[in-house]
Amino acid sequence: MAMATSKRIVLDARGSFCPGPLMELIGGIRQAKLGEIVEVWSSDQGSRKDIPFWVQKAGHELVSVVDEDGYTRFVVRKAR
Amino acid sequence: MVVFSGTVDRLYPAAIMASGAVAMGMDVDLFLTFYGLDAFRNGNPKTNQKMDMNYKELAPMLAQLMKEKNVPSWYDMIRKAKEIGNVRVHACAMTLDLMGLKKEDLDPIVDDVVGVGEFVSEAKEGEITLFL
Repeated sequence: MAMATSKRIVLDARGSFCPGPLMELIGGIRQAKLGEIVEVWSSDQGSRKDIPFWVQKAGHELVSVVDEDGYTRFVVRKAR
Repeated sequence: MVVFSGTVDRLYPAAIMASGAVAMGMDVDLFLTFYGLDAFRNGNPKTNQKMDMNYKELAPMLAQLMKEKNVPSWYDMIRKAKEIGNVRVHACAMTLDLMGLKKEDLDPIVDDVVGVGEFVSEAKEGEITLFL
């Protein structure tokens, strides 16, 4: 589910399992323009390592990782 | 990746690792042979419920949990992996001949039919080879 609110794509991947949230994020980053923010919500434990690893490898910027109740929000800026 | 087995419990790791690999920017070649190829015959990706008999006590529970938790099918995972990156699905020519099948008898997700020589030559260039 993608909600676009002023240059920010929010992807709710809660309930989706590894590698679901990461795949959602990759899809979101593809759609986004340079400099835009893509945020993915994940309740999958693997995302904690997988997503920061991918963001670094793919050369984007991990703006923040925020723990919420039962899930984590990964905020990423498309950098290339 | 050589996909030899056609049971759902082994098709999942193939699909998940293919997804992880394309996520990390790698190219993936799936070589379907024997039972793995049977799993890709037209219609089979949707209907196949086979599980490894060695784990027959566990299989129904896992199938039920995956259903409850809305885990996408291994087939949808491979489709998604193909959208994200370079995943090629090759059918083993020998198995096709043996079963008297043609490319048209296989699910459209299969890209082409290759001989083992071609696949092994490609695998030689790869960094990781998996047999499932």
